Amino acid sequence: MTVYAAPGTEGAIASYRPRYDHWIGGEYVAPANGQYFENPSPVNGRTFTEVARGDADDIDRALDAAHGAAPAWGRTSVTERAIILNKIADRIEEHLEELAVAETWENGKPVRETLNADLPLAIDHFRYFAGAIRAQEGSISEIDGDTIAYHFHEPLGVVGQIIPWNFPILMAVWKLAPALAAGNAVVLKPAEQTPTSILYLMELIADLLPPGVVNVVNGFGAEAGKPLASSSRIRKIAFTGETTTGRLIMQYASQNIIPVTLELGGKSPNVFFSDVAAEHDEFYDKALEGFTMFALNQGEVCTCPSRALIQSDIYSSFLGDAIARTEAIKQGNPLDTDTMIGAQASNDQLEKILSYFDIGKAEGAKVLTGGYRAEMEGDLAGGYYVTPTIFEGKNSMRIFQEEIFGPVVAVTEFADFDDAIKLANDALYGLGAGVWTRSGADAYRAGRSIEAGRVWTNSYHTYPAAAAFGGYKGSGVGRENHKMMLDHYQQTKNLLVSYAQGRQGFF
Amino acid sequence: MSDDVRSPQAVGAPPARVAVTDAAAALLARLRVKHGDLMFHQSGGCCDGSSPMCYPDGDFITGDADIHLGDLAIAAGSDQDGDAFTVPVWMSRNQFEYWKHTHLTIDVVPGRGAGFSVEAPEGVRFLIRSRLFTDEEWEVLRD
Repeated sequence: MTVYAAPGTEGAIASYRPRYDHWIGGEYVAPANGQYFENPSPVNGRTFTEVARGDADDIDRALDAAHGAAPAWGRTSVTERAIILNKIADRIEEHLEELAVAETWENGKPVRETLNADLPLAIDHFRYFAGAIRAQEGSISEIDGDTIAYHFHEPLGVVGQIIPWNFPILMAVWKLAPALAAGNAVVLKPAEQTPTSILYLMELIADLLPPGVVNVVNGFGAEAGKPLASSSRIRKIAFTGETTTGRLIMQYASQNIIPVTLELGGKSPNVFFSDVAAEHDEFYDKALEGFTMFALNQGEVCTCPSRALIQSDIYSSFLGDAIARTEAIKQGNPLDTDTMIGAQASNDQLEKILSYFDIGKAEGAKVLTGGYRAEMEGDLAGGYYVTPTIFEGKNSMRIFQEEIFGPVVAVTEFADFDDAIKLANDALYGLGAGVWTRSGADAYRAGRSIEAGRVWTNSYHTYPAAAAFGGYKGSGVGRENHKMMLDHYQQTKNLLVSYAQGRQGFF
Repeated sequence: MSDDVRSPQAVGAPPARVAVTDAAAALLARLRVKHGDLMFHQSGGCCDGSSPMCYPDGDFITGDADIHLGDLAIAAGSDQDGDAFTVPVWMSRNQFEYWKHTHLTIDVVPGRGAGFSVEAPEGVRFLIRSRLFTDEEWEVLRD
């Protein structure tokens, strides 16, 4: 067990500056309007730094820097760009522990996750795209003996990216790595809940990237996000967030005729077939862990398995074991490596989760465990903690249909395979799903029948690069985490070349 | 909570689907001075989803995919200009199918929403509080 010292206290391995400006053109630039906003840590609710409150003027300055850098960056060889991405990965790896503590302090998630998931995945993501861009090839179509169509990949130029707060560094890297590999310059707006851990990273890698290739402007969505998303000076916008903002960003993009990639969340079903409980062996234990994954990252994951569907004949016994497993989750100081669940990222998240407890109970759902705010003591007293919660109810209830974004799972039973698929697909979203069975045939059929972009089969919540991630239905457009994301950051240039000497014959 | 909720409801009219707390109404009055007429669109999905998003009216383009749940009536006097005004509330039609049996009250809490909702820079966040319609209300609304 290790308990890391909080940034800003004696013995801390990570320390934040008292104030952060925008990162534009490879250096800190004060906000045009001179305004800053406070950044509280969800761990104790107290402000630990202040951050530039950007507006349209700052976005314009960042776009100027990006446009200045984009032409030369877009002409670098894939070898050079791959080397830089690999160096970034190495640099993050050298500072992994420090970045993990910094990110935990800003987001509230347990440090065991930042140490073992967020940052290792971010490192690997840069390495994956360094490899993918080296291996990418254009194509040639031989139209006829004298006519050849050549297809080249070209960068889009300057792109905009709006990042969520649930994985402040990893979500930024999911978007930055393919964009940079493809040769684009970026203006990135972090979430206002987690504006500084990405700046912590930018400082560490500042010497590796040409100035202006990555620019970070902080601020509120209405003041900084909107001028970025609606700018006529970006050639693409990428967003992770929720449906209304996703639609709004698409509306802005339609005015500029630019492509959009969106990752908008879900209400992911986790389906447990009877044969899971055929033996109480290692696999059964794994399935119980799979159920409990709803509490990973405090439930603040777009793919949170927030609906558990359990086959009727094992319903009571499996659920009983799952409740016991859930109640064994250790909640506490996020900087303690033994802590399994930390703090929700903000007070309004906490309030929203509590409001869902109210409507869940009003609709007649039964609380099997949890269902209340976790009051912490001592240094953590002001933080935003929720006890992992299991509701039992019907799939038509709102707690089964809406993304609560907290450690809350809604459980119901199903009779047979068809019933399971019907329930699984009765949702507006289709981002993730889990299927648990000892039958390869059932696993395959269920996985293909569920309308979701990612179906974890006998596993959950793994996010390796090279496994495409994105949504069906209301969950969005595009696939991250895979080389196919390069296509979303590239133009296709076609040279259609005639090697014939004779005229075509029209004139 | 029920006694500080304004719900626009004429005699004989069907029950309102939406209401607003005094605190949220006062905030809307302040925001209207800065941004002009306002609208809500209820969000779903990730991160800041399941939250009511407040925009300058017309900034978010609604269409056949949306349902107009009602208009919040903000009484004269709560506005710094003194005008009474209304704020339309919208939701996606497919989301409404799962929400239609619940009455929604727009409240406000301290916090930091993401998204482009106009109240976030004030250090507060609009929040939906829900209750089930009573049998009597539902009898009228279901048709």
